[in-house]
Amino acid sequence: MGDWKPAGMHLTDHKTVGLQYALTASGFLLLGFLLMLLMRWQLAWPTSPLPSAMAVAVGQDNAPSGFMLPEFYNQLVAMHGSVMIFLAVVPLLTGAFGNYLVPLQIGTRDMAFPRLNAVSYWIYLAAGLLMLCSFFVTGGAANSGWTSYPPLAVLATRGQDYWLVGIIMLGVSSMLNSLNVIATVLQLRAPGLTLMRLPFFVWSQLVAALLLLLAFPSLQAAAIFQLMDRLAGTSFFLPSGLVVSGVALQGPSGGGNPLLWQHLFWFLGHPEVYVLVLPAIGIVSEVIATNTRRPLWGYRAMVGSVLFIGIMSMVVWAHHMFLTGMGTTLGTFFQITTMIISVPSVVLITSLMLSLWGGSIRFTTPMLFALAFLPMFGLGGLSGLPLGLAASDVALHDTWYVVGHFHFLVAPGTLFAIFAGIYHWFPKVTGRTLYRGLGVVHFWGSFIAMTAIFLPMFTLGLRGVNRRLYDAGLEYTHAQGTLSIQGHMTWAAVALGLLQLPFLVNLLISARRGTLAGDNPWHATTLEWQTASPPQPGNFAVTPQVDRGPYDYSLPGHPRDYVAQGERE
Amino acid sequence: MHAHAAHHPALQHQFQTMSQQKESAVLGMWAFLLTEVLFFGGLFMAYMLYRTWYHDAFVLASTSITIFWGLLNTVVLIGSSLTMALAVRSAQINQRKATVMWLIATMVLGTVFLGVKVIEYADKFEHHHVPGPEYAFIEPGHEPIFELGPHGRELLERNSAESLNRTTQIFFSLYFTMTGLHALHMIIGIGLMCVITWMAWKGRFSSEYYTPVEMSGLYWHFVDIVWIFLFPLLYLIDRS
Repeated sequence: MGDWKPAGMHLTDHKTVGLQYALTASGFLLLGFLLMLLMRWQLAWPTSPLPSAMAVAVGQDNAPSGFMLPEFYNQLVAMHGSVMIFLAVVPLLTGAFGNYLVPLQIGTRDMAFPRLNAVSYWIYLAAGLLMLCSFFVTGGAANSGWTSYPPLAVLATRGQDYWLVGIIMLGVSSMLNSLNVIATVLQLRAPGLTLMRLPFFVWSQLVAALLLLLAFPSLQAAAIFQLMDRLAGTSFFLPSGLVVSGVALQGPSGGGNPLLWQHLFWFLGHPEVYVLVLPAIGIVSEVIATNTRRPLWGYRAMVGSVLFIGIMSMVVWAHHMFLTGMGTTLGTFFQITTMIISVPSVVLITSLMLSLWGGSIRFTTPMLFALAFLPMFGLGGLSGLPLGLAASDVALHDTWYVVGHFHFLVAPGTLFAIFAGIYHWFPKVTGRTLYRGLGVVHFWGSFIAMTAIFLPMFTLGLRGVNRRLYDAGLEYTHAQGTLSIQGHMTWAAVALGLLQLPFLVNLLISARRGTLAGDNPWHATTLEWQTASPPQPGNFAVTPQVDRGPYDYSLPGHPRDYVAQGERE
Repeated sequence: MHAHAAHHPALQHQFQTMSQQKESAVLGMWAFLLTEVLFFGGLFMAYMLYRTWYHDAFVLASTSITIFWGLLNTVVLIGSSLTMALAVRSAQINQRKATVMWLIATMVLGTVFLGVKVIEYADKFEHHHVPGPEYAFIEPGHEPIFELGPHGRELLERNSAESLNRTTQIFFSLYFTMTGLHALHMIIGIGLMCVITWMAWKGRFSSEYYTPVEMSGLYWHFVDIVWIFLFPLLYLIDRS
């Protein structure tokens, strides 16, 4: 692939690790997408056999004569979620973008602990492969959802053990990555680059790293408990008197509490949501500042908000658990914290919107994705408010509404930010620019297809159709009117897949034949643009000296419309 | 690399100075210890929940554990923290042989701790205090195999043997998980120290560069502190 890998580049170089993360996580993203297509096909035509190609891929055991078994559908649900969150989107945001860009943006040669950084990648890869291996063991992959609630998960087939070990390994991997980011940002900044001169992307990475660092251990502890329950005969999460398929459960002594898992899981799970969101906002901020030729509006308020979100995200987790019958006191506490955390989130989005005000906007491909991110992400966020209030959550929680809500945040939200980031930094990574025409097709196609997939989910949810039904609610009267919508959503998903082809073609062709980008094709201010494209090992020929903020665009009295952060007066 | 040719051989290329390198390592280590606190925090959370739920069972099961071994191990482990601190000090003042000696002493004490743990675990297996199908804490109609005070006897009488056999299993599940994970941390620590000792023997450390010794020390003290919490929670509280 072209000349993006200069000679002498080492396996521990942050750029190598970043690209390894990027390629691996993209592979997992594609896999998660294919798992979703299988699910969508089943939902659209639950009474017909799968097309022969799909049936062959799935195998006779999982789809006898092409009819998908509900057990296999459950595996798809669990693995689509786990793959997308743990193996695709978070590693793309932190492992790929974070690793590649943070040292460049703070003007240093590498991460603080390059070897640990490389180890973090290899553990991530091993954990991902382990999780996928579980598709081939007896009983198939994990099938208790990405949340793995006991007692279901404790009694599930062998694949759950693979899932749990994979999660424990991913915790180690993300811990190594996070403490690296924290030490790098706090210790290795270029001279003069004070904290309040950091590009907003670096702030978002720093807070995301803190969240991963603090939140993941509790899931690791919980995963060890669950593994003990499954393998060593303990009963941490198994209550007494369980009856499975009409037969009283023999063996485990019981006396455990399944809710303990939920608390420990969501203590990770909720901060993890912000790990999916904050770096995405960070990417969008860089793209917007560059393409409006203005400083970010309210940079200080944004930094304050991102820190406040970081703190608050540790005390909102139980809003995922209103259905567990928690007392009203506890419920009230978590409703209030949830309403509070929406305020800084709105500050971030509003600041980005206001940054557009009066800017001379350049509608480059990354800017299109960044602009679409704002309303789509906003829709995802707003639709979350009814879920943060117990009264409405009780009605909506087990429906498609929830699926619509978080997919709006993660798919046209975070994923659009990732696309924006790829178009924005591709010239830095490869030295060549992506074609705009193909990019525009990719953008509008994805935008329309994603809306067509996810918007109807709110309708389904408001009509009370349950999520997780493998036949889309064929047997329920209230779901009858919605069955045809499932078909439309599936075709939109197929279209979404096809519309990624221009993107793939663009990546492959541009990496070899694209226009040479030069060091700074977007005339951007931040430090990563003040070195070669791609940057040489060691990143900078001379360590940059910084004595200005990150976004000095359109300063009055300057011949150019930007002053680079490393430029001296 | 050429720009740093005149610097200390241990200075890595991403750092400008030795002190910057050291501060980064210290920060990274404390960040790591923070995740460890939260990891054990998850375990303590479970302990707190079940102790509240099954107070009587926890008191009785706790009483069945021999204080002597726990106390011995506490002394051994605090002693090993002292030898570890002396190892760091020796590295700091360029005493190569003393560094090696104190590191070896620390590893020996760590191994003694694990040996005592083996004795304790074997005892649990012998008395069927290991969760699973063989588990038996109280046999109906039989005296318990451990000594009980008047309050313990009261607790024993107000709970059925069947319920105690279920709920004390939760205690022992926690006992084995928590002490097991703690022991795993010690094994990792001893492995780490083997490498550090070898490096110290080769004369890699001096007053200018002893970060690996200091980091191992931080880790070792942390593992020690976890035990300082485990010991009272599992062995001491409310024995009756």
